[in-house]
Amino acid sequence: MYRAALICICLLFSIIGFSQERYITKQGYISFYSHTPVEDIKAENNQVLSIVDLSTGNVAVTLLMKSFEFEKALMQEHFNENYVESDKYPKASFEGEIQNLKEILDGENGVAAITGDLTVHGITKPITMEGKLKITDDAVNFDGSFMVTVADYEINIPSVVARNIAKEVEVTCKLEHTPYR
Amino acid sequence: MNHSLKLSCIFFTFFFLNTTLSNSQDLLDILESETPKTTEIVSAIFKGTRIANGHSVETRKKGVLEFLISHRFGRVNGGFYQLFGLDESNIRFALEYAVSDNFTLGLGRSSFDKSYDGFVKYRLLQQKTSQNTFPVSVTLVGSMAQKTLRDYPADDKPDFNDRLAYTTQVLIARKFNSAISLQVAPTYIHRNTVPTFQDPHDILALGIGGRMKITNQVSVNAEYFYSFNPIESITPRDAFSISVDIETGGHVFQLMMSNAITMIEKSFITETTGNFFSGDIHLGFNISRAFHLGNKK
Repeated sequence: MYRAALICICLLFSIIGFSQERYITKQGYISFYSHTPVEDIKAENNQVLSIVDLSTGNVAVTLLMKSFEFEKALMQEHFNENYVESDKYPKASFEGEIQNLKEILDGENGVAAITGDLTVHGITKPITMEGKLKITDDAVNFDGSFMVTVADYEINIPSVVARNIAKEVEVTCKLEHTPYR
Repeated sequence: MNHSLKLSCIFFTFFFLNTTLSNSQDLLDILESETPKTTEIVSAIFKGTRIANGHSVETRKKGVLEFLISHRFGRVNGGFYQLFGLDESNIRFALEYAVSDNFTLGLGRSSFDKSYDGFVKYRLLQQKTSQNTFPVSVTLVGSMAQKTLRDYPADDKPDFNDRLAYTTQVLIARKFNSAISLQVAPTYIHRNTVPTFQDPHDILALGIGGRMKITNQVSVNAEYFYSFNPIESITPRDAFSISVDIETGGHVFQLMMSNAITMIEKSFITETTGNFFSGDIHLGFNISRAFHLGNKK
């Protein structure tokens, strides 16, 4: 009986330990920045959901397009209504893998290389990004950025505002994950 | 002893199954289940703050100053001699300032009747989806107009109050899908002075308007106002307008055809005399330019 109980407890602990390989955040930060000589446009989203599985190196991120906040309210309306069509495509998502997880876990490297598929406006394209990845027992923090070509995602920018919106926008992520039970 | 062993085993199996199941679960599915349920406000029911002549439920966000330039030309059936109405025009300039996201103040001046008008617009309720749904948006509009045209005998100058008229509207709109929105607008108009005894001081009307999006930047709107007790001393007709909204960066252009030449509620709802379907059509446009004052977050 004691042996059985001991085994059970040991197994339980290993299971709990195993499930702590996953880290999640629901208040991640992602912003994008478009620079043109005419104007700079910046939008920020503080309600990003992101999860990392350290046992596999898999990562997933989702966000609501309507949660992007712009400096000017009209920009936000045009972004949702005219460009990314948030009623039709409410979410953007990313599914990918940390390529050099072992190096980071071993403390050899602090910069993660992540490849995966980004879905925006209903279009999925492969992307790669790099960013600082810091792993501790109770936190997995990622800090990185990458460029997105607007035309890749079939987002149509009318010619009248073409000079105001960059062809490539810079996306910045700050994701601070905590253990997921 | 046996019993507790069995219990432990069940416990263990349960935990084991549970974790293996959630392991095979896709990370995106976990995020899906962790997504907080939120209430979403339905935005952009109409592109502009006007459907054509009348107000839409839309208000501008806090700190936005909108400058509106509107023209209504003469009647198209004036023919080539009048260059299809373009020789004549009623011009209205207006400044509209959003004190908060829900509250807008506006001032305007029309060349027709040399009228000044002021309005307050308050967004009372907003259409919502997802968690707590609400079917419609409701906006209240109160406006006042003062005619300053000297069309009276020199020895019979009317008081300021005599030439005031008030309009109160309850705008109720719903966005049915991303393309189609409809609005009804019960309207009450009061005039301090009327031309003859038969004319009512108080007029009730009902406005119906809608928009259909053609592309992301272009929509077609239509608007109709029915008067329940029209003015007797003239032969008024219900105002009917069709407009096309073209949206660019900070502008909305509205091109329209209407049987009304005026742009103030008390005038176009109750004093329109043109018959749209026999060609008494006024071409016109509204151009709005939004300026962002202060730091809007």
